[in-house]
This record gives sequence, C-alpha cells and structure tokens, in this order.
Amino acid sequence: MEWNFLAAIGRVALQFMRSVGHLSLFTVQSFKHIVLPPFYLRLFLKQLMFIGYYSLPVVGMTALFTGMVLALQIYVGSSRFNAESAVATIVVIGLTRELAPVLSGLMVAGRVGAAIAAEIGTMRVTEQIDALVTLSTNPYKYLVAPRILAGMITLPMLVLVGDIIGVSGGYLVATESLGFNASGYIKNTFDYLEARDVISGLIKASVFGGLITLMGCYHGFNSSGGAQGVGRATTNAVVSSFILILISDYFLTVLLLK
Amino acid sequence: MMTMSGSAKISLKNVSKSFGNKTVLNNLSLDIAEGESVVVIGGSGTGKSVMLKCILGLLEPEAGEIFIEGQQLVGARPSVREKALRKTGMLFQYAALFDSLPVWENVAFGLIQAHGMERGAAKHIAIEKLALVGLGADMAHQSPAELSIGMQKRVGLARAIATDPEIIFFDEPTTGLDPIMGDVIDNLIRDCTKHLGASTLTISHDMESAQKIADKIALIYKGSVVWIGPADEIDHCGNPYVEQFVRGDINGPIELDILKP
Repeated sequence: MEWNFLAAIGRVALQFMRSVGHLSLFTVQSFKHIVLPPFYLRLFLKQLMFIGYYSLPVVGMTALFTGMVLALQIYVGSSRFNAESAVATIVVIGLTRELAPVLSGLMVAGRVGAAIAAEIGTMRVTEQIDALVTLSTNPYKYLVAPRILAGMITLPMLVLVGDIIGVSGGYLVATESLGFNASGYIKNTFDYLEARDVISGLIKASVFGGLITLMGCYHGFNSSGGAQGVGRATTNAVVSSFILILISDYFLTVLLLK
Repeated sequence: MMTMSGSAKISLKNVSKSFGNKTVLNNLSLDIAEGESVVVIGGSGTGKSVMLKCILGLLEPEAGEIFIEGQQLVGARPSVREKALRKTGMLFQYAALFDSLPVWENVAFGLIQAHGMERGAAKHIAIEKLALVGLGADMAHQSPAELSIGMQKRVGLARAIATDPEIIFFDEPTTGLDPIMGDVIDNLIRDCTKHLGASTLTISHDMESAQKIADKIALIYKGSVVWIGPADEIDHCGNPYVEQFVRGDINGPIELDILKP
C-alpha cells in the first residue's frame, strides 16, 4: 500500500517534469521562429486583427464596468475616514497597475486562448499540421510565431485602451452619481499618476499576451484523440492561461516594484 | 551529409520504430525506383502509416536509414529535410485541406510557401491543376468545408501535384469513397503520375485500387515487408500471407488482433 502511494507520487512527479520539459522545448522553438526569417507578415497582421481589434469590445466593457465599480467601492471605503479625494488616484493606479492588465488578460485568455487551441487542435487531429510539414512549411513558424508575437504586441495596446476606458468609467460614476467635481477629479487622476504605473501594466500585459497565446498554441499543437481531445486542449489552454496569468502577476509585481 | 548511390528514388534500410513496448516497424526495407509506382498493402496496425510518417519526417525512427534521392533523412537537419520534401507531394487520407484558406490557396500553398512564387502566378497554376483533376475555376474561391469528400480528395490531389513533384505519396486514396469516385481517383492518380513521370508510394487496403495504380505491390506484416513483386503477379505469387490478405480469409499465417468466436 505504502509502495503504491510512493509509486503514484513518483508517476505524477515524472509526468509533471515531462510536461515542463516539453513546454520548455516548445517555448524555445516558438521564440526561435519569432526572430528567425522567413516572417509571415500576412498571418501576423491577421492575428493582430483577431487578437487585438476583435477583443476591443470585450476588453472595453470589462474596463468600463471595472472602473465604475472601483470608483463606487473606493468611495465607500475612503468616506469612512474622510479620504474621498483619493478615489480618483486609487482608481487610476488600481486600473493601470493591476486591474486592466489582469482582467484584460483573463478576458482575452477566454476568448483568444480557447480559439487558438481549438483551431490548432483541429488542425492537428485532421492532419493539417502534418500537411504543413509535407509542404515544407515549419508549423512553429507558420502557426505559432505569428500568434505569440501578435499576442505580446496587442495585449498592451488593449490594456492601454482599457486604462482610458476604465478611468473614464470611474470619472462618470464619480461625477454623475457621487457628486465629485469634474475638473478636480481629472486633476487628482493625473497629479499622482506616474509613467511607471502605466508602463508596469503594459509590461505585464505583454507577458500575459505571450502566455495566453503560448498556452493556446501548446495545447492545440499537442492535442490528440479527435473532438474530445480538441475540447480537452481548449479547456487546458484557458485554465493554464488563467493560472499562469495570476501566478506571473504576483512575481511581475514584485519585480516591477523594485 | 550522408548520401547513397544507386537508382532508388526512395530507399528504406532496416527502419525500426516502436511506441512503448509495441514494435510497429521492424527492420523494414523498401526501394522505389525512379518513375515506379509502389503500393504498400497490409492490415490495420501493421505499420503502413507509421512508415509513411517516418519518410515524411513526422516521426523519427529509432534505427535504420531513409533516403530520398540518395539523401539520408534520419537525423538530418530540418533544412535538409525541408529541401528533400520540396521534391515531394502528399495526398492525405482525408485530404487534410487547410479550412482557413480557399481551395485555390490550398492548391497553391506549396508554390507560395515552399517555392516562393508570387500569389498571382501561383493562383494561375492552381486553377490549371484543378482542371487536371476535373474541377472548374469556379471552385477556386470556395471553402474546403463546402466540398464533398470526393471533391476534397481531388483538391488534395491537385495540391499534391501542384509543384510538379518527383515523388508523390498517397495515404489510403480511396478510403471513404463510393466505388465510382474511388475509380475516378485511381484514374486521376494514374494519369497525373504518368503525366509527371513521378515515383509514387501509396498506402492502401483496397486491392482493386492497388492493382490499378501499382507497378509493384508490397505486403507489410508486423512491421516488415513479407512480399514484394509486380502487381500482376499478386494473384498467383504463392506467398501464404499475400494469399490470405487477397482472399480476406481469417485463417492463415496472418494473426489478427481480435478474439476469434
């Protein structure tokens, strides 16, 4: 019994190490093909549109309502010790440093990560990736590199738009329902905002964009077993993206606070 | 860079491949001469598809050597393999068309990506190749998902011959087709390969199709070639494995992975 238990732990540990090794090799291959020619500009632009432009509504809605609810909640808390004037500052710092990158990352992971895993997973199980190889086309270069690069570039852009929309949401709630003076709110928003607040959020977004697309590509690329396998790959891509976003967020925050 | 002499267009020497404890290819050797059409037959799970995947570099054999035009591919650098594959075309069992691209881009894919041809010129050739397999120019802008499986196979064939390859691989070309469409595909394969003068390697279960398109037929059993000979000799070759396979008899030297009633 004790032996079986140890064997089970050993199997899980070995499987985990195998997966880490496999993912590491996949990541190295992917980034190698991002920097080495040839480059598929047409595919890259297509992914910019898919990941960036078509995610704008979902990121915009998320940022708008997050900014609005943030203003309300911070007002409730700060009014308990007469610090209502801090609402604008806390909203903008909370959004730019933390909420816009993390929530945009999670929304894009749900939308884009799942779609990438499903598309590449279907290509895997229908032999389309094998067909790419037989047509002398490297699937890392053709499928993976454009998606990861597009993810790393577009997510910061989305977050920047999300920052603006989120702050606007906070402004709307503060001025329309909490009775704040419009010019005072705007002044407080920008007076204490530092460039590094915004830049740290954009750096996080770029890392999250890379993680989301990497997970989508990795799980899709390694899917097997028909429709069920593609479904499993999609779920794994989204779940692993969520977890990696939250874990890396902590470590990036520690790193960027130094 | 290792090469071999001899006239074989494709040559497999003692190729072995296992998955865990299961040996799928066991010292398999096979030669295909220039302009020759070889059909490999055998039961399910005997290693036919694995052999093809090893040649195409989709799987790496544990032992043995694979040569395309004398160029050793096992363990070769990706650039060497890509260069060798530029001389080949492949028709997949279910066509494996890229569903994100229209029909003409599927056919022109190898011309644009591997041969660096300009898109307009590649489209012109793609429409010509579609005509060769009996599909009109009006099909060019359709999505593969809008086509029947027979039409998809014909588009797959047009893609396989688009770059005028010296070697063409066919994986179960008639599987899933009705007998008439199967015959159409067989005729297209025969005509296209004769027209190109290409060497072909086909995997099939279909004896009628095999006899129609093959110069030589090889039977694989338990990962090795147990018989190879001219297509017209298969019915009276005297090999007990071949006879059992051709007759479709449950009794004989071929052991089946099923429980006998």
